[in-house]
Parts: sequence; C-alpha cells; structure tokens
Amino acid sequence: MAKELLKGNEAFAEAAVRAGVEGFFGYPITPASEFLEYMAKRMPALGRAFLQAESEIAAIHMVYGAACAGKRALTATSGPGLSLMSEALSYIAGTEVPAVVVNVMRGGPGLGNIAPSQSDYNQMVKGGGHGDYFPIVLAPATVQEAIDYITLAFDLADKYRSLVFIVVDGNLGQMMESAELPPMRELRKEPPEWAVYGAKDRDPNILTSIYIDPPDEEITNIRLLKRWMEIEKNEVRYKEYDLDDAEVAVVSFGVAGRVCSSAVKTAREEGIKVGLFRPITVAPFPFKQIEALSKRVKRILVVEMNTGQMLDDVKRAVGGRVPVEFYGRIGGVTPFPDEILDEIRRINESEDAIEDGMEKVQWLERLEERIARGE
Amino acid sequence: MEKSIIVSGFGGQGTLFAGQVLAYAALDAGKYVTWIPSYGPEMRGGTARCTVTISDEEIGSPLTRNPAIVLAMNLPSLDKYEPLMQPGGLMLANASLINRKMDRSDVRGIYIPAARMAEEIGNPRLANMIMVGAMLAAEEVLPLDVVKEALENHLPERHKKTLPMNFQAMDQGAAFVKDAIAA
Repeated sequence: MAKELLKGNEAFAEAAVRAGVEGFFGYPITPASEFLEYMAKRMPALGRAFLQAESEIAAIHMVYGAACAGKRALTATSGPGLSLMSEALSYIAGTEVPAVVVNVMRGGPGLGNIAPSQSDYNQMVKGGGHGDYFPIVLAPATVQEAIDYITLAFDLADKYRSLVFIVVDGNLGQMMESAELPPMRELRKEPPEWAVYGAKDRDPNILTSIYIDPPDEEITNIRLLKRWMEIEKNEVRYKEYDLDDAEVAVVSFGVAGRVCSSAVKTAREEGIKVGLFRPITVAPFPFKQIEALSKRVKRILVVEMNTGQMLDDVKRAVGGRVPVEFYGRIGGVTPFPDEILDEIRRINESEDAIEDGMEKVQWLERLEERIARGE
Repeated sequence: MEKSIIVSGFGGQGTLFAGQVLAYAALDAGKYVTWIPSYGPEMRGGTARCTVTISDEEIGSPLTRNPAIVLAMNLPSLDKYEPLMQPGGLMLANASLINRKMDRSDVRGIYIPAARMAEEIGNPRLANMIMVGAMLAAEEVLPLDVVKEALENHLPERHKKTLPMNFQAMDQGAAFVKDAIAA
C-alpha cells in the first residue's frame, strides 16, 4: 500500500475495518464524530453491523452483547460519552470479553469543550468503571501509529479477553497526515470457544459478571489480576528519541509527546543533551524502563495536556532518584514546541532539588506568567 | 527542511481546502506532511484556519506558534500573525480585504488583491487559489505543477468543471508575484 493523506478519525475507523471489526455501535460526539460517520457508510457496504444507538449507554451495551457473541466490536467516543459508558465497561471487564473503545479526548471536566486534551488519562488507565480490573490503554501520537495500534488493539483484546482503550486527543482525530493503511484482513471464521451464540451439539457457555458467592468473585479477581500481570510482562510499548547520552529526559505521551519531539530536536541543535521517552502503552505503564532511565539522567520533565496525571506514574517509577519537573497546558489548550523548549533550557541549567508536590506549584507559577503574556 | 504554513481567513473563503491542496501536493512530492484545522463550533463568517507542515523528516508538532508562511485572507488574520511570524518569513495578504501594510520589516510582505482578481476571473471563491499560486511563486515550497495535479485529483467531482478557472487563478497569482519581483 502507498502512503495517503488520511484524516485521523477516518483512518482510525478504516484501520478497525481492516483489522476485522464486525460491529460498530456508537453515538456522535465531537471530536470523535467522523469515526461514526465513516462507519455508517463503510460497515453496511461490507455487510457488517453498524448502529447509531440512542445514547452512549446503549452503544456500549451493544458492544458488550456483540463481544459476548464472539464478534469483534468497537465504539468511539469522547470524555462525556466515556463517562456514560463506565458501567458497561466494568461489566465487559467482569465478563472477560474482548472489546475496543476509542476515546478522542477533549477538554473537561463536565461538558468542557471540544478542544484537544489528555485529561482522561486517569479515567482510562484506571479503567473508567467500578471494581478491580485492568484495561490495556494505548496512546498513539501519529495517524500512522493510531492505525497500527488499532490493529494491535483487537489482537490484544482477543488474546487476553480484555478491554483495550485507544486514547488520542482531538488533534489526532481532526488532523490529516500521511500514513499507510494495512491490507484488509479476513474476518474470523469461527467464534472463540467461550462465546455465546447458540449451543447446538455442545454444552452451553455461560458469560457473566455476577459471582454472588464472594469466594467465586475472589477467584475471578485473582484470574483477572494474573492475566494483567502477564500483560505487564509482555505488552509494554514505548518509543525513545535521543536518549543515549541524555542528561535531561522528557516523558510525554500522545500528541503532547510529538510536540516535545520537536522541542527536543531544537534543543539538541543548541547542544543540550536531552531526549524523549514516549510511553505508547500508558497501561501497562513502562515503570521499569523509566526507572532505568532515572538512573542515567540528571533530571526528568513530564509534559501532558492535563494537570499532571501521568506525572504520578512517572514519579512512582523514578522513586525520588532525580528531580521530576512538570509542564502542562490544560482545558483544551495544546502546547507549542517553544514552550517545551523553554522548559528544557531552564531545566538543563537547574540543579535545584524539588520537594515532592512543589513541581506543580512551580509549574503553575510559570504557566500563569505565560498566560498573562497572552500565550 | 521543515516549513509551517498557516492559511487563515473567514469561514467560506476556502482556507481549509487551500491547505488541503498543499498537503496533498506535499504528499505527492514525497514529503512528510500534516494538516490540522482550528476546529470548533464555527460557522460561515467565523474564523477558519489550518496549519500545514511540510518536511523532509518525520513531523513532531503539527502546530506552530511561529509560522514561516502565512496566507492571510482577511485583516484579523494579518493582525494575529504579523507579530508571531518567524523572522525572514513570508506574509501573503489578501489586499482586497486588508487595507494596511505590515509594520515588521523582517518579514517579507506580498499584498495581492486576491478577491478582486478572483472576481475578474469570474468567481470570488477563487481568491484562495490566487493566494496559493502567489505563495508558490514567492517561495520554494512545492512546484506549481505538482499543486495543480493535486488539485485536479482532489477537487470534489461536483466542482471539476471549475478546474480551468482554478488553474487560471493559480497562474495569475503566480504572475502577480513574478511581476512584483521584476518591478
């Protein structure tokens, strides 16, 4: 396949089609709506299921039902829709059926706005719903990565009978970028052996998230946790830039991460020994890799489009070994590379220790100065 | 080499499409490219702009605070981007709607009566393509024929009959700049 100029949401949808999704159920919400619009045309043309539900709650329950029947199912939404879906997400996890959910994140909380944001980090990596469960969360930064990781998401969902979230922000959903789509896969011929689709000539399968007797639920929870430990062992993914001789490491995911890559490039031209670590799986989080990184560098800067949600995970990995600083833009504002470059220059000169929690106090002072300058 | 271009104007002036034509052409020319709109609850007459980044390498940030090239289709766009432009940058101003020159002397300004020229060709909506033609003549971004080919390949079917007029608009924009440089 040759490279094409692809619009984010449409490319994600086509990637899901080619990965073999058999049912799309959704409800429109900016900045994810083009995903649904694309599927409305594409899925029926292929003889696959498309349904615009009456609400996000209905849509995710349709995904749940299709998944129980052994079909590859998907929905795409944004923060407010995701919140509505929380209950069913927990049921999907409790029932141990695979499903893929794309969250094109926007500014919040509440109705917020439709501008790009990463403020659903905690909601996504912690699962979104109630109970002890662990979703896989993939955070691509380019249209190409999103295409590649949506394909992977279905495979991981099947392999671990797990919920897989793809988190992108509105920038990636709305932008066009040169990328290459994979070839169309054949649809699965046989449903998975656990699926419920009629039990002619075999014993019935039972799928449920109810374990009335606590010891049964305990065993279920142990099974889920052990499966997660396997995922943590096998599925951590990340990308590194210019880290070999780096003294300062930037840690950032998604579009914020690619903004940082521009700043790192310029800083390198200025002779600053800086590199970028970009987690692709934000769950399972690359704790070990960041721990190792913190043994090689003098200082770490975390950059996010939220108030420092991944920061807590990075600090846990660093364990106080080196100072961890923070920079973020919030409320639907995307940082420009020059802001990150300023931070890298400042940090490169700094040798001050930072008391736990002060990284946010100091960031807010710098951010408010920047906002006062009209930036 | 990486160039960031902002096309900015009122909704309905074809700014997003002009940016897309450049993006398609950049892809055809074998470059890395991103196109990103300012999206929001907007309508005709509101602001519409996009950022196109064209590069020989993989692109980091799809957005820039300091563009190299700005196609300002209206006065608010010139006002907004004049102070932000990279030194040595290129500002193309739609002089039919912009009644002032830039104060900055470290940015090249080209003032082209794009709306009036478009009306003379017979369609005021061609102003965007006049601006694109002018830009391509003023700065080595992409070859004009590659951009024309991209337009031919990506103009919606219902607009295909306007292709000759679009080409004419690009040519006249380019000719205006060449004359201005020669003068």
